Amino acid sequence: MPFRTAQIGLVSSHPEVYEPCDDSFALVDALLADRNHLLEHHPTLCMEVGCGSGYIITSLALILGQEAPGIHYIATDTNPHAVRVTSETLEAHGVHAELVNTDIALGLEKRLAGLVDVMVVNPPYVPTPEDEVGREGIASSWAGGENGRSVIDRILPIADNLLSDKGWLYMVTLICNNPSEICLQMRERGYASRIVVQRSTEEESLHVIKFWRDLDAQEDGKQMVTPNKTAPARGVMESLLSQFPLLSTWRTNSNNSS
Amino acid sequence: MRLLTHNMLSSNIKGVSNGFPLRIEVGKVVEKQVDFNADFLRNMFPKIEWKAFVDAAKTVGYAELPEEVDSSALESEEFLNKFHHALLELHLEEGALVCPETGRRFPVSKGIPNMLLHEDEV
Repeated sequence: MPFRTAQIGLVSSHPEVYEPCDDSFALVDALLADRNHLLEHHPTLCMEVGCGSGYIITSLALILGQEAPGIHYIATDTNPHAVRVTSETLEAHGVHAELVNTDIALGLEKRLAGLVDVMVVNPPYVPTPEDEVGREGIASSWAGGENGRSVIDRILPIADNLLSDKGWLYMVTLICNNPSEICLQMRERGYASRIVVQRSTEEESLHVIKFWRDLDAQEDGKQMVTPNKTAPARGVMESLLSQFPLLSTWRTNSNNSS
Repeated sequence: MRLLTHNMLSSNIKGVSNGFPLRIEVGKVVEKQVDFNADFLRNMFPKIEWKAFVDAAKTVGYAELPEEVDSSALESEEFLNKFHHALLELHLEEGALVCPETGRRFPVSKGIPNMLLHEDEV
């Protein structure tokens, strides 16, 4: 039986707010695919960074729904139109999330540190000139700077700070964001990762990656930055790269340079 | 905006060393009924800065919370009901959150606080 997600017809809109698209659907599909794990995870606080139309946070609240009562949802967006549209989308579906109009988690980082059990992010990942990053309105939903990584690279350390010990992060990445490098950087912070959903459309190739804290990953991460222990690092890298078959170009370049 | 959210927000202006708690300026407060869930309250209780929470509740017109409390209070249904009401059911719909150090106002409109900083505050 398919579980209920947000209905497109009930998602509110505004000319300056990103509408649900393939990337949003991929992230919701990842949450659906992981639904049983999420229920067993017993999250107390779930958060979305960059909620846009509200399609994803609304879907998350509906997917966990009645079977997981007593979850508190928080969503942020830097675009004031987006948080208002999200509020309308939530209300149309009869669910609630607390909304904050802010840049990633500005204002929440101190008190919310270590409290977020599930974080979902569909970041602005489209490669653009750097000066397009941080613009107001709908551009903030896609402009990602060089390799589409400018905002992602700001979000990751903040996510690390906000996630609880058992915290999970689900993030959408585009193949040109170099997702295997993102996984390696997260491994250095002590996170294991796996691809939950992989989807290629005519325009883009998307991955939804799940990150979680893992003591072994932390050890591997430490070894990786120790110059004399390159062997395990290579092993980790190969196992991560094997998750990304489409990254053959990157793998070749990487091998050539080492 | 629930008082839970108020308890999680602080002023992040450059140079501010203690931006918590934000002072609440009340424009309009609304009550919205929320399903009671004791497990959620027990999970959240240790994360709440109690004094800031009690003061915030008083500011929005609810003075029923004890000034001092420890986790044994969680055994009391009466306490849990009050905690639930103040934490989740009282919403600051219109007003502002004010930085305790600089007096900078962060507006709250339609229940949504705007914590965005100006360029010279980052």
